[in-house]
Amino acid sequence: MINEFSREEYLLKGNAACAGCGPALALRYVLKALGSRTVLVIPASCSSIIAGAYPKSALKVPVYHIAFAASAATASGLVEGLEAQGIEANVVVWAGDGGTVDIGLQGLSGAAERNHNITYICYDNEAYMNTGIQRSGATPYGAWTTTTPLGNKGRKKDLPFIMAAHNIPYVATASPAFPKDLVNKVAKAQKIRGFKYIHILAPCPTGWRYDPRLTVKIARLAVMTGFWPLLEIEHGRLRLNSPSVNLLDPARRRPLKEYLELQGRYRHLSEEDLKVLQRQIDEQWARIKAMLEVQEELEDQVEQGQGERQH
Amino acid sequence: MREFLTGNYAAAYGVKLSRVEVVSAYPITPQTSVIEKISEFVEKGELKAKLIRVESEHSAMAAVIGAAFSGARAYTATSAQGLLYMYEMIWWAAGSRVPIVAGIVTRAIAPPWSIWTDHSDFMTLRDAGWAMLFASSAQEVLDMTIQAFKLAEELMLPVAVGWDAFITSHTAEPVEVPPQEQVDYFLGEKKKSPVAVDFENPFAHGALAFPKDYPKFREDIHRTLKAAGEVYSNIERRYCEATGHECYGLVEEVFCEDADAVMFIMGAAAGDAIHAAGELRRKGLHVGVARIRSIRPFPRKEVEKIARRASKVIVFDRSYSLGFGGVLATEVRSVLHEEGVDTPVISVTGGLGGSDLPPEYFEKIFLKGLGV
Amino acid sequence: MVELPVARPSVGAAGKTGNWRLFKPSIDYRKCIKCLLCWMYCPDGVISVSGEGLPVIDYEYCKGCGICAEECPVKAIEMVKEVEG
Repeated sequence: MINEFSREEYLLKGNAACAGCGPALALRYVLKALGSRTVLVIPASCSSIIAGAYPKSALKVPVYHIAFAASAATASGLVEGLEAQGIEANVVVWAGDGGTVDIGLQGLSGAAERNHNITYICYDNEAYMNTGIQRSGATPYGAWTTTTPLGNKGRKKDLPFIMAAHNIPYVATASPAFPKDLVNKVAKAQKIRGFKYIHILAPCPTGWRYDPRLTVKIARLAVMTGFWPLLEIEHGRLRLNSPSVNLLDPARRRPLKEYLELQGRYRHLSEEDLKVLQRQIDEQWARIKAMLEVQEELEDQVEQGQGERQH
Repeated sequence: MREFLTGNYAAAYGVKLSRVEVVSAYPITPQTSVIEKISEFVEKGELKAKLIRVESEHSAMAAVIGAAFSGARAYTATSAQGLLYMYEMIWWAAGSRVPIVAGIVTRAIAPPWSIWTDHSDFMTLRDAGWAMLFASSAQEVLDMTIQAFKLAEELMLPVAVGWDAFITSHTAEPVEVPPQEQVDYFLGEKKKSPVAVDFENPFAHGALAFPKDYPKFREDIHRTLKAAGEVYSNIERRYCEATGHECYGLVEEVFCEDADAVMFIMGAAAGDAIHAAGELRRKGLHVGVARIRSIRPFPRKEVEKIARRASKVIVFDRSYSLGFGGVLATEVRSVLHEEGVDTPVISVTGGLGGSDLPPEYFEKIFLKGLGV
Repeated sequence: MVELPVARPSVGAAGKTGNWRLFKPSIDYRKCIKCLLCWMYCPDGVISVSGEGLPVIDYEYCKGCGICAEECPVKAIEMVKEVEG
């Protein structure tokens, strides 16, 4: 497996990422998948700092830092300008959850609707981490943040399905605990023409309150408990990826507690809170199951219809 | 070739002749016919540009900045609320050193809602590091738009070209549209922007700068813009040589040489002020009009020269710095004080929200200024 | 000369981040099976692969996060308390 990964490091060591930073790990994989003919657009986020302060850049690819709400629109102009001049390159937005689901959502929606040939990757550490762990629209129910000190009462905004509703050619979720899956998805996205959206759940030791050594373990448990399904929606067709494809059966999911108890931000969670979270996960999977069933039924109908017409 | 064009259509022709590669805009009255005409040019194949019909003005400015980052020539246009919505990115454009051009069809700021002209929106650009030119005829809109692309490249700064809502934007007049060859000759080869994407020697643009490093970026913009008067004059001269169109400099002087009272004014209303000055001249009164065509760079030398010659200066503003006073008046006073010119300056602000400014209005102001 | 807000690629953009460590990952090469999962999961890319296919840690930049120790399937990496000097 390792041999399929480029040995080239585009995220240079000695950068400002916290020890054990999930987003940094994810970015490392993303750039290995994309290569050097890539220009990153980075809105205000942890990566604005990880990318390095003047005069040093920690990234070996062109980077345009941009204002918080402006990443998708800036990337739109960049890609159209490159195309106008006949220049080929990967144009990729690398944005945090805040800059995607909240302040960046209008621009993201517009860019997706216009179907520009860009890949928008959201690295989701579930809060405004760069400014000191404040709640975002991606913060899950029950999580401590500095602006939800008693636990978030809101619910995590479902960006992957919102983006699928824009009828873009490719939507995917990913995790740094499953690097091969992540790299495959980024590579696949680059081959598709049009707007691609990839959402990576990237644990943050500083904000999620855990020993940095557990980043990959926690990322893995997020998937194995069913909290974070690995999936793709390609031209409107939903597909679960391994290992999530095996988790349609709730009995095969790891107990949610195994994921939550490793994180200090869930320390105060009551039994009631736990039930609420579990219910949300169950609902999420019920919806996925229903979609898969409807999809299969429609495909059967189409097949039958084609069969009947042949007679 | 002579065409009968509104100010807005003239801007679209300017964009077409400048071979703009990316246009991104969001509709707002009274800018809409600029982008409608550009859309027509693009769809007919007369302008080979990518048109990004963004979902907001903030995104429009972000998109043209992005286009400039790709090395493409880019343009947008807006007014009032739209300009305010994109204001964060306006600063980003100047700080980025991108050579973009924006048309500002000046419109009063809400509330109350107004679609008519005043200069409040345009004036918000003063501090942001943009070059600011103001046209008062459709011809000038076309000429300044083309000149702006050259100026932007030379300064490595964005340039705004302003013109008044409806009076200039929607009023048609004969416009001399230069042939493409003349404009190509004038603009020359597109200059490679040093902030355009480079895959061979990659860099990160706009990274965090600690306090010891930050000032020099701002100081460079300040120095460059301050010294831009001569850059623009040279560019305008070369444009006039290439096209045979008229040159005015940073300030157009009408009846100013022996004027007792000179009015500094910007925009379409200058026409009415000039008409008023003409009438008063006929009655033997020595008044003149100095029409300001650029406020960034501020025409320090011209203002000083004209003020020294006159015994009274009237500065007419179509906007306030609310709570302080007329914007141009403030700047004129400041420059005259710095240069030790003690000609008294009267500040008059009017025409807000598109309120009418007929020649009689300016006659009264001149008479008051002369103490008659 | 124009002052442009551009930064150039550089190792150590945040300095010698090895100084951040409280614990240092120590590889027992006798146990190492050369799976390179440590190389894979290091967020900072401070682990390189030697000619023999062994993971080598750049201690100048290793932040001591411990992910390599946690993920090593044969527990060949131990987080050892950093000693002064």
